[in-house]
Amino acid sequence: MSSAPSTALPAGEGLVAPAPSFSLAELGDDFRRGIWQENGVFKQMLGLCPALAVTTTAVNGLAMGLATLAVMIASSSSVSLFRNLIPANVRIPAFIVMIATFVTVVDLSMNAFAHELHKTLGLFIPLIVVNCIVLGRADAFASKRPLARAIADSVGVGVGFTLALVALGGVRELLGFGSLFGLSIFGASYPPFLIFVLPPGAFIALGLMLAAANHYGATAAKKVGN
Amino acid sequence: MDEPIETPPTATPPQGEAKPPPKKPTKKPPKSDPAPAPDYVLSSSPHIRKAISIRRIMGEVLLALLPATAFGLYLFGPHALWVLSLCVAGSVATEVVCQRWAGTRVTISDGSAALTGLLLGMTLPPQAPWWICLIGAVVAIGLGKHVFGGLGYNPYNPALLGRVVLLISFPAQMTAYYSPGWWGVDAVTSATPLGLLQEARIRSMGLGEATQLSMSDAFFGFMPGSIGETSTLALLAGGLFLLWRRHITWDIPVAMLGTVAAGSALFWWIDPSRYMPPQFHLMTGGLMLAAFFMATDMVTSPLTTRGKLIFGFGCGLLTVIIRLWGGYAEAVSFAILLMNSAVPIIDKYTPPRLYGTGKPPAQGPKS
Repeated sequence: MSSAPSTALPAGEGLVAPAPSFSLAELGDDFRRGIWQENGVFKQMLGLCPALAVTTTAVNGLAMGLATLAVMIASSSSVSLFRNLIPANVRIPAFIVMIATFVTVVDLSMNAFAHELHKTLGLFIPLIVVNCIVLGRADAFASKRPLARAIADSVGVGVGFTLALVALGGVRELLGFGSLFGLSIFGASYPPFLIFVLPPGAFIALGLMLAAANHYGATAAKKVGN
Repeated sequence: MDEPIETPPTATPPQGEAKPPPKKPTKKPPKSDPAPAPDYVLSSSPHIRKAISIRRIMGEVLLALLPATAFGLYLFGPHALWVLSLCVAGSVATEVVCQRWAGTRVTISDGSAALTGLLLGMTLPPQAPWWICLIGAVVAIGLGKHVFGGLGYNPYNPALLGRVVLLISFPAQMTAYYSPGWWGVDAVTSATPLGLLQEARIRSMGLGEATQLSMSDAFFGFMPGSIGETSTLALLAGGLFLLWRRHITWDIPVAMLGTVAAGSALFWWIDPSRYMPPQFHLMTGGLMLAAFFMATDMVTSPLTTRGKLIFGFGCGLLTVIIRLWGGYAEAVSFAILLMNSAVPIIDKYTPPRLYGTGKPPAQGPKS
């Protein structure tokens, strides 16, 4: 994969000579980093548009996360494969075209095989094209790395994004409907805390979860420091 | 908050340190090196200090709310007392928890949390269930105040924030009003005058039963509504007391009430069969309570008279727009919260004049 000679490259600044080899440990690191340490939603505050808009239930969050994961794996691997052929000046349009292609595939597949879910998520599936996490990983990582590392990274970041969306959707569904993945948790007498499934509740829930995550991170850092 | 902001500095040097506002724990400089008393004291403004504290202000605001509270209790009976007590207790408890958690000084004795709780309770329906009161108190103090750093840092009025979160989340419980009954004995579900108006408008039935409200009942407060909002008379008395004690200024209430009166009068004049007269809009809903006690909150309103007039005008305009065409029957809380978020930009464009220059400073006082 990574044996392509760098002499064939156009001398673009964005292109780095491909690494000659990679170790399994490196792949593991690439995967792990995206789960929490560089989590798109909780650490980098990227991809907030889908994260806030569709996470009214845990199922919606899961579906959105998986769709994004599929697009990320496909787009990152193709960007990595073609990284030596794309001139640096036009790399962004080229990446976007690739991403848009895979988003269209996912969009049409979901419409065919999971029509109800597709109706719920609606506009936000096509909008994966402009998800900054997808483009960010393509440009910052996949365009400079061999295929295997690009895949490991995109899987890690995509799974991290999915987990974040499921967590946010779970919290909002639990408070807003009293259920989780459609199963009633608090029983029928629970008065739905509607604001959490409405747009302002998305911001409030995400803000509280970020505060909890930062608090946890600060406490953990203090423990390590001691 | 304690000092008049626009007061020019005077030649008199500060007479020692008067009592600082108990807002933040003040750090005293280490007294290791007692320097000789200087001939001149140079210090930054403010230079005039008054023997007034947050506790005093909050106490007098509570006193100003007393007539409306007492009337609400008289009108709606013991359950209203239960609602008010839960809101106050919940707010104070939330303040204790937040301040303990954050490791700052617990300042419940200044009365600001109790005042927020009372204001929240006064905006709730008299038969509100206990959990509504507690959720409202936690949201008001926790999310409305301490998330932003406590008293003086909150961009939104905490009591109104609590009420709006409740109204959006639990519309059924928050719009279940009862006709006033002697100690709640013959409590019957009944819509507020604004609720009736809204219902008639949605069903395009003109003005509906709202026209049957007698204006004297509305003035004295004998109508369904939230605990503390029904009596225009009691609220006016409290508001005038605050004006007399100079805890609020005239500009925000006058601008807000005037805009609501003018706006509703305009549409009433255009089509009296579809719009209610201005006196109806002035005396129903939470307008009086909000105009005197919530819009004038010194933390969440602009600094200068010009800014306050703009703020009051905006509150009034949004109230009229939402009441006449909006999806909710009562609009005052949304109007004030929306204008709260505009306060920083109002302050930026209406900076206070620099003393002695006759010109506003080139840039606003806030970055």
